[in-house]
Amino acid sequence: MKKLFPFFIFMLIGLLILAACGGDNGSSEEQDPDDDSSEEQDTDTDDDTTGDTDGGEKVLVFARGGDSESLDFGSTTDGESSRVTKQIYESLLEFDKESFDLKAGLAHDWEVSDDGLTYTFYLEEGVKFHDGTDFNAEAVKINFERWADPEHEFSFKDDGYVYSMYGTMFGGYKGDDGHVIDEIIVEDEHTIVFQLNTPLGFFLQNMGMSYFAITSPAALEEYGPEINENPVGTGPFKFVSWTRDEAIVLEKFDDYWKDGLPVVDRVIFEVIPENAARLIALRSGDIDIMDGLNPDDAQGVEDDPDLTLYTRAANNFGYLGFQTEKEPMDNKLVRQAINHAIDREAIADALYAGYAIPAVNPLPPGYLGYNDEVESFEYNLDLARELLEEAGYADGFEIELWTMPVARPYMPDPETVAEIVRNNLAQIGIEATIHREEWAPYLEKVENGEQEMFMLGWSGTNGDPDYFLGSLLHTSGIGGSNNTFFSHPEVDELLDAAKIAVDQDERADLYMQAQAIIRDEAPMVVLVHSTPVLAASNRVQNYVPHPSTSESLAEVDIVE
Amino acid sequence: MLAYTMRRLVMLIPVLFGMTIITFAIIYLIPGNPAQTILGESATEQNIRDMEEALGLNEPIYIQYGEYVKGLVQGDLGSSLRTRASISSEIGPRLAATAELTFFAMIFAIVIGVNAGILSAWKQNSWFDFLAMAIALIGVSMPVFWLALMEQWVFAQELGWLPSNGRQDSRNPIDAITHFYVLDSILHMDWGHLKTVLKHLILPSIALGTIPMAIIARMTRSSMLEVMNSDYIRTIRAKGSGQFLVIYKHALKNASIPVLTVIGLQTGVLLGGAILTETIFAWPGIGRYVYDAISYRDYPVIQSGILVIAFLFVIINLVVDLIYAYIDPRIKY
Repeated sequence: MKKLFPFFIFMLIGLLILAACGGDNGSSEEQDPDDDSSEEQDTDTDDDTTGDTDGGEKVLVFARGGDSESLDFGSTTDGESSRVTKQIYESLLEFDKESFDLKAGLAHDWEVSDDGLTYTFYLEEGVKFHDGTDFNAEAVKINFERWADPEHEFSFKDDGYVYSMYGTMFGGYKGDDGHVIDEIIVEDEHTIVFQLNTPLGFFLQNMGMSYFAITSPAALEEYGPEINENPVGTGPFKFVSWTRDEAIVLEKFDDYWKDGLPVVDRVIFEVIPENAARLIALRSGDIDIMDGLNPDDAQGVEDDPDLTLYTRAANNFGYLGFQTEKEPMDNKLVRQAINHAIDREAIADALYAGYAIPAVNPLPPGYLGYNDEVESFEYNLDLARELLEEAGYADGFEIELWTMPVARPYMPDPETVAEIVRNNLAQIGIEATIHREEWAPYLEKVENGEQEMFMLGWSGTNGDPDYFLGSLLHTSGIGGSNNTFFSHPEVDELLDAAKIAVDQDERADLYMQAQAIIRDEAPMVVLVHSTPVLAASNRVQNYVPHPSTSESLAEVDIVE
Repeated sequence: MLAYTMRRLVMLIPVLFGMTIITFAIIYLIPGNPAQTILGESATEQNIRDMEEALGLNEPIYIQYGEYVKGLVQGDLGSSLRTRASISSEIGPRLAATAELTFFAMIFAIVIGVNAGILSAWKQNSWFDFLAMAIALIGVSMPVFWLALMEQWVFAQELGWLPSNGRQDSRNPIDAITHFYVLDSILHMDWGHLKTVLKHLILPSIALGTIPMAIIARMTRSSMLEVMNSDYIRTIRAKGSGQFLVIYKHALKNASIPVLTVIGLQTGVLLGGAILTETIFAWPGIGRYVYDAISYRDYPVIQSGILVIAFLFVIINLVVDLIYAYIDPRIKY
């Protein structure tokens, strides 16, 4: 009997806990009316899954699929990070609500010298960081030097900080050959000058990126390498807490320099990994906005009287690339033939439920220099067969089709795309076998040119055409992001000229010419631009998704 | 007994050491450079080289391993390649989240499973027996993600009775002390929070507990049937003991050894492998932590995560072995 006791106690404890759970729900409800007010209000908030204006506080809950990597925006390229830091930090310039057009940010005015080498920014006065220190030209200088100079006291190189976006956008780091920023001069408290050594056509575009926002120097001093968990900026919301994989909580910054903003008192970024579960959370009122809606669920959201469907403007494209150095892909006619054989409309409809635009150029529509006159390759199998015959491949050939192992915004279901492409190719006598790799080796091997035909895509960051055309189709990108190994002297010349031109109309013209040549040379089949869908409760007002995926929530309101 | 416990604890050290070597080796067999995986398709060669250097990946493997073990001995589990956060401080809250969920899932599984098993054995071949075993069969073969989504759909979206995901109401978060939110709200004497936290536990606990419940029910039934037919039960019956006493006092005790084994194993499985439940219910537990780390090739997190899970598994096995001795006096250590 004695030996038996512990086992019974073990079972009893279990039963008791269960009983206690059940009992607790009942008893706490009974208790409430007798309890004092503070307790009651507490329980009210708990019970309340739909309303959140208790005590007059407006709370916005934004749910996404993954947690942020770091809240130090410069040292990460993670979109889930900049989505959050966009609320905490501001940059010298800002993008327009729905496009990459520039408008004033922390700088109210700016000037460019005629030679394109001197940029002067006039900064807002009276702007404060969340820690109470003043925002000024010195702060801007410290931030840019921190990214450029690995020896800088706030570079935190030894703690694993790498500012890869800075390196990509400004041609490297301090001391590198391609690094364009020569010197940063603090003219006075509110005027700062960037002296370049080479003109950079998209310098101003870079200034609008959330990756180049301004951190409080005092906070860099105080937190050191822990700045990624203690962000301090000038933005509409200040950081409160971060429970990893659960939620990041931000609250209204009372001393925000723009009057009347932000509108809501708190913003919570919640992580709900599964798309279907996130939609259920939205429908049950647990959250207010969800990113990453399955395109197949879009119709259901549209039919729901309590929800609103949003689409993000296209800022990417998925493509089927040819390794243009390998036979038979080195033959322009073969490449054109395949372009005529792929049914882009079918791909857009099958995979994105229509929330995608069949692509014409390797550049999203609406970008500077997007060439409307370029003609799309018509889906025409007879024409495709004719071109193949002309190229000397009347009987077709065998080829390997490399398929991405992961879903990306521009390619939500690579396997299905591969199937469609394989069927399309079979119709003109080309027999494709699907080749698979893990993601990292896939990227490495494709960079080395081991593929024949492959799937990939590209997403924009600064809204400049150079980031698409210059990265993907310039000879200098071979071994890096130019995975078609496309090399065309005339295109190179046009892209080089456009990169350093300061006049934006001139740049637009150069990019248009480049697109016409690229269309004819056909180094890739540009498939679709996806327009990602989001859903929000009708209570959310003034929400405008930005193509960069990071939009300011300062003006967003919650109404009953 | 004490000596046995100590011996088992000492034996843990080589087991864990072996685990570090295995996890380290497995990782180098997986294709994929973490720097490339972290930076994605837009990374330049220079970016990748800088990142590798920053992450210490350019060092030879044995130096990386040496550094890792050195840290471990000092109680430092290293830090994540992706988020740079210290794993020692990151893993605690996640472990608490998983342990809390596992605890409630197992309570659900044990209370329902054991009693259903006993009743089935008692009323063998009755309608209850058939029904219970049919449910158990469905339970064992139920895909967890489907059950989880159905629960969310019915109880959160359609009926609105329970929250669909998470551990708590993010609009009104709890002030964490132990990161066991049930315990935290009791410590704060905050019954409002306690109620919210328990409500959040119900759906995931049921989703997670269903398979163990079914396994336990089947095991209890077969084990009870065996015992009920043994001579000593007949003797006790002959002495005139009531049926209830026969079953719960005399039969259950002897029938419980295999059941306990199953319970122990299942607890271990839930602690380490509740990835599906944790993903669908947005439960920030250790399964998801390691799973995310695998997709990012975040080696230190994978290693430390697996190490911690393995450690727990071994500890649970030890506890189960010790309980055997309590229940069955024939077992001596």
